[in-house]
Amino acid sequence: MIFLGAILAIAVTMSLALVRALLGPSVYDRVLAVNMFGTKTVLLLSCMAFVAGRSDYLDLALAYALINFIGVLAVLEFFRQRERATETPEGHIRHPKPATAHAHAHADTDPATDAASGASEAAGDSEPGA
Amino acid sequence: MNWVDILCAAMGIAGGFFVLVGGIGALRMPDLFTRMHAASLTDTLGSLLILSALMIQFGLSLATLKLVAIAIFLLFTSPVASYALANAALLSGHRPIVARGDQPDELDLDDLLIREPELPEAGADGVRPEQNR
Repeated sequence: MIFLGAILAIAVTMSLALVRALLGPSVYDRVLAVNMFGTKTVLLLSCMAFVAGRSDYLDLALAYALINFIGVLAVLEFFRQRERATETPEGHIRHPKPATAHAHAHADTDPATDAASGASEAAGDSEPGA
Repeated sequence: MNWVDILCAAMGIAGGFFVLVGGIGALRMPDLFTRMHAASLTDTLGSLLILSALMIQFGLSLATLKLVAIAIFLLFTSPVASYALANAALLSGHRPIVARGDQPDELDLDDLLIREPELPEAGADGVRPEQNR
């Protein structure tokens, strides 16, 4: 009965951490929330092992603890080697490069040639029929 | 209801309380570092209380050994993850909010950072300049 209440508290905390992960302004807030979510998963599995009367769940909890730790360190190392997150502390997305006008320039090259090629394609299509 | 059940119930209720408080704090604190403070509360105190209550309930068995392993692992990994997160956030330019009465200029956080050691440029023969001297 006590552990049902503990399971409820852990579930509420997991949902709060999920909200923080969704609206955390920087990447590090999200990493923090995901780390917290993983730790609460370990606790939830341990409590469920007692409530359900199956101590097999404790093995799952141990595996979750290992995977969570390795995952958080891997994500942090990834962002450290990129030397910056994709967002500034104020939450603005920082664009690494100005968008090149490549596709744009390609799009407005000579509509006449496009029309001509389309006409030639139409002619080529109509050729077998003729 | 003997004293073991009462102790277990008290630890379970306290653990659930601390976990809930840490979750609310991680959602509502104003800063990344204060959020880390709230989240590490649930990682240490809440986890230890709930796992201790479970250990009391399971008694002397293999399950208690697994719970001890989980507790030790959480106690080792949670500070490491918090340290790595705080260091990465400081390196990327996050600064904690300081109180209004403090002088933020006197608080030089750049001295606290752990950076990659900057190796001097190797010469043409591949020997560093310090070793030439």
